[in-house]
Amino acid sequence: MAGGMKMYGKHRFPGRLFIVEGIDGSGKSTQLMLLHKWLESEGYVVYSSEWNSSPLVQDVTKRGKKKKMLTPMTFSLIHATDFADRTEHHIIPPLKAGAVVLADRYIYTAFARDVVRGVSPSWVRELYAFAVKPTVGFYFRTPLDVAMKRLLGGRDAIKYYEAGMDLYLSDDIEESFRLFQGKIIDEYEKMVDEFGLVAIDATRSIEEQQSEVRRIVADALAGTKKTKVRRWVDLASLATASRK
Amino acid sequence: MGGFSFFGDGLPEVDLAELKGKLIVLEGTDGVGRSTHIGLLKQWLENHGHAVLDTGMTRSALAGKRLKQAKEGHTLGGITLSLFYATDFADRLENEIIPALRAGFIVLTDRYIYSLMARAIVRGSDPEWLREVYGFALKPDAIFYLRLNIDELVTRVLQSTGFDYWESGMDLHMGEDMYESFVRYQKWLLAEFDKMVENYGFNVVDASGSVEDVFANLRDRVDEVVARNGR
Repeated sequence: MAGGMKMYGKHRFPGRLFIVEGIDGSGKSTQLMLLHKWLESEGYVVYSSEWNSSPLVQDVTKRGKKKKMLTPMTFSLIHATDFADRTEHHIIPPLKAGAVVLADRYIYTAFARDVVRGVSPSWVRELYAFAVKPTVGFYFRTPLDVAMKRLLGGRDAIKYYEAGMDLYLSDDIEESFRLFQGKIIDEYEKMVDEFGLVAIDATRSIEEQQSEVRRIVADALAGTKKTKVRRWVDLASLATASRK
Repeated sequence: MGGFSFFGDGLPEVDLAELKGKLIVLEGTDGVGRSTHIGLLKQWLENHGHAVLDTGMTRSALAGKRLKQAKEGHTLGGITLSLFYATDFADRLENEIIPALRAGFIVLTDRYIYSLMARAIVRGSDPEWLREVYGFALKPDAIFYLRLNIDELVTRVLQSTGFDYWESGMDLHMGEDMYESFVRYQKWLLAEFDKMVENYGFNVVDASGSVEDVFANLRDRVDEVVARNGR
């Protein structure tokens, strides 16, 4: 598996890359947000790599989805294109600059999703061989029922591709979503050992999960660049000074 | 026997046994006259009763338009651009080429994965990686490689459109001078194509003669491929 990562592979950049994975409703984004706050308060230079890739690539992805033009292969390739743009513009430069880079979902999302759509597992792993290997990859392990309960409460309508409707698992979008996410979980479980993901039991309290995440991240941070932390006291004195 | 196959793991949901037509590729660097010969071949094949689909790069319904814009803006990194091309190619393969082959058409394609790989290699992509990525592509029935040496190519380009930004590889920043950049870039591409001749079984066609002569040669060789049984 490590052999596939031949382009950026195990990077020698001064920064660190932490990523979170898990199905929708696993609470991974909340955990990442809390990690971000903590890292900033500790004085690290934190960069959140959103999926804000080039508008051109985004546009093709959006149009393809809206018009349901995507096959499993083009779905896989357009997302890889998007990810490459993100790697070249939003991951490598901050890592070179010594930042702590955080990513909500990473290549493992693509591996799970594309394989469930029938794409060859070895092919999709090769496809992403240019990706930077994360310092730590967290997998928020959630039973399907728990995730479904969290989602069906306060959420917008489930989208066509998110529910795997293109796989014709069921005509009912909610049922299709359940079947599709179940298959995604199976793929994630296979990847925990394959890629050494750190599994976090996402049924525990938010606080318990976060303190485990922070402990693991702290161990991986030795030698990482910090800036001077501006406490609120500094800011307050600055504000009064400028008023005069 | 004699059926289609993929280079690698191939495409999900495609039954190769259903594909009946022929897939014929014209390759070569910029300015060798590929599109002229595709046009002539199409007419000639249709006159002989064959249904023909002619297709080329960056024409897909999904990504074609945006890919053109991406090139104009020069904003994408090397790996991103390679994959954008691969997406565009996959869309054409699945939505144009394969349906046409299923219907028994002769598909004439102006460039194929070889050009995409050559251009990506000179822009720094790993050749081994590219081969794996394009493992979803169909192996063609024949690849005709229209070949000119660099001097002939320069003359040809000067007589037609002149040097353009991309065909001169200006994005590789090899220098300000467009002529010098063109020569270096196209030499580099030629070297990559020449390496592929053996690896992928290209049929080399000397493109230095008159259009009539080159076409007569090409036509006879395409005729053999079309007459070949097996499907």
